Amino acid sequence: MPLPFSNSPVNRVVRNAARRAAALLNGRTAVIGVPWLWLALFFGMPFLIVLRISLSEVVIGLPPYSALVEWVEGGLLAIRLNFGNFVLLWQDPLYARAFLHSIEVAAVSTLFCLLIGYPMALGIVRAPASWRIPLLMLVILPFWTSFLIRVYAWMGILKNNGLLNNLLMGLGIIDQPLVLLHTDFAVYLGIVYGYLPFMILPLYATLSRMDASLLEAAADLGCRPLCAFWRVTVPLSMPGIVAGSLLVFVPAVGEFVIPDLLGGPDSLMIGKLLWAEFFNNRDWPVAAAVAVALLLLVVVPVMLLERARSREAEA
Amino acid sequence: MTLRRPTFVFSMLAFGYAFLYAPIVSLIIYSFNESRLVTVWAGFSTKWYQRLLQNEQLLDAVGVSLRIAVMNATLALVLGTLAGIALVRFRRFRGRAALALMVGAPLVVPDVILGLASLLLFVAMEQAVGWPAGRGMTTITIAHITFSLAYVAVVVQSRLIRLDPSLEEAALDLGARPWKVFFLVTLPLIAPALAAGWLLAFTLSLDDLVIASFVSGPGASTLPMVVYSSVRLGVSPEINALATILVALVTTGILVAGWVMHRRAES
Repeated sequence: MPLPFSNSPVNRVVRNAARRAAALLNGRTAVIGVPWLWLALFFGMPFLIVLRISLSEVVIGLPPYSALVEWVEGGLLAIRLNFGNFVLLWQDPLYARAFLHSIEVAAVSTLFCLLIGYPMALGIVRAPASWRIPLLMLVILPFWTSFLIRVYAWMGILKNNGLLNNLLMGLGIIDQPLVLLHTDFAVYLGIVYGYLPFMILPLYATLSRMDASLLEAAADLGCRPLCAFWRVTVPLSMPGIVAGSLLVFVPAVGEFVIPDLLGGPDSLMIGKLLWAEFFNNRDWPVAAAVAVALLLLVVVPVMLLERARSREAEA
Repeated sequence: MTLRRPTFVFSMLAFGYAFLYAPIVSLIIYSFNESRLVTVWAGFSTKWYQRLLQNEQLLDAVGVSLRIAVMNATLALVLGTLAGIALVRFRRFRGRAALALMVGAPLVVPDVILGLASLLLFVAMEQAVGWPAGRGMTTITIAHITFSLAYVAVVVQSRLIRLDPSLEEAALDLGARPWKVFFLVTLPLIAPALAAGWLLAFTLSLDDLVIASFVSGPGASTLPMVVYSSVRLGVSPEINALATILVALVTTGILVAGWVMHRRAES
């Protein structure tokens, strides 16, 4: 005999909650576990291995590094740590120069991206509503075409007998071709060009959410447009400025393709150096040490900064 | 006074778009140039397109890249969606911080490090368990999935957060089983994010040179690897032709997507 309240709403809610909880427990493990295991194996593990190889010595053989743990006579397990690679990074000025140069190039390029990207984002926000989506699409479109090919396009433009030199000579501005390709200038240009969309999109996101009445209020209170820009628009768009700058700065520090194709032999950047240690010198331990140093000096501080900032935003 | 700044802003906009598109336009124009010299215009010709179609090495590489990109996008979509759901829906579980870190990190770690780390893992695994035997398409696909699932997770997460929970609750209250709710309610609701995530993962894989160069082996050259080695030798009009085809495909894709979205918004 059924209980008198078996179909009451209370009963149904309780039953559903119980069913939901039971199903969650089963599905939950798989939903969390599968991506967790994948990332632990193919993303977490490799970093431990990089750390371990950065502490080994280069040997001739396959793989070309010494073992970390080995059996010595008498059945003892010996752990051999070699800090020589890090000592080398510290002592050889080549690495310090490459690090500083990478940070300088990335910082200056980020600044130029901001100087070009900010007015562009503002322009898109202020454009008539029906134009905004097409204008944004035009910013994103280059991103969907090959990065490598867009860098290659600049090679054709910047060459000694390239488009830009021909144009300038045709106009009579210069009578000798300028050396543009394989210079630091070309690297800056390439990075600003390649990463500009990453600056514009977060700026657009914050600027489009801004309340226009704030600017009117500033104007009513006697603030001129330029002053309103500095004291209202810029502070309110700070999250976009920080997000865009990080999206440009971080990948630019470790950039390989642009300095390799557009830069000269003297414009050494850390990503290019790591590549050269690995592919040209076949020195895996030093390449791993460069990777560890790059992670500790650039990536980890940026991640901590980002976390502190998002905590602050939540609070 | 009020008119001056908009003028400045809009001229910056024009300058910015000119900057973004001048190189692409120059590639397209010179892909139809008769001369091998990229800088001298010697008349209209489609010969570089014919050369491109005869370039076996390049066509093979397109095949390899497409297969890796499709495989990568599909698996990254599944794993990234799971990771996104785990991070948004399950507030507390053991290893949550580690998962959040591992999902966020590939977005800020430089390619060279991801490539090196993945390669060293594959070498160590081959020594330890004999798999993967040698390197090639499988190892490239695994490395690509690992970093592109992070992008998928971010896209899915941002969609899930904005989702109205009452729809799923209604389905549950009407007696649908949770897995049914997921497939019949949640999935259709996040479908646009899934499509965007798949495309993003597909493009990231198709575009990647650095990671693929580290984890590739003999016989598995992706399109960027072949383009890179030919670009290093100098400017070649065949690459211009390739770029033009790529731009045409992407533009068509975006126009079609825009048209579909427009239609959907109207109906």
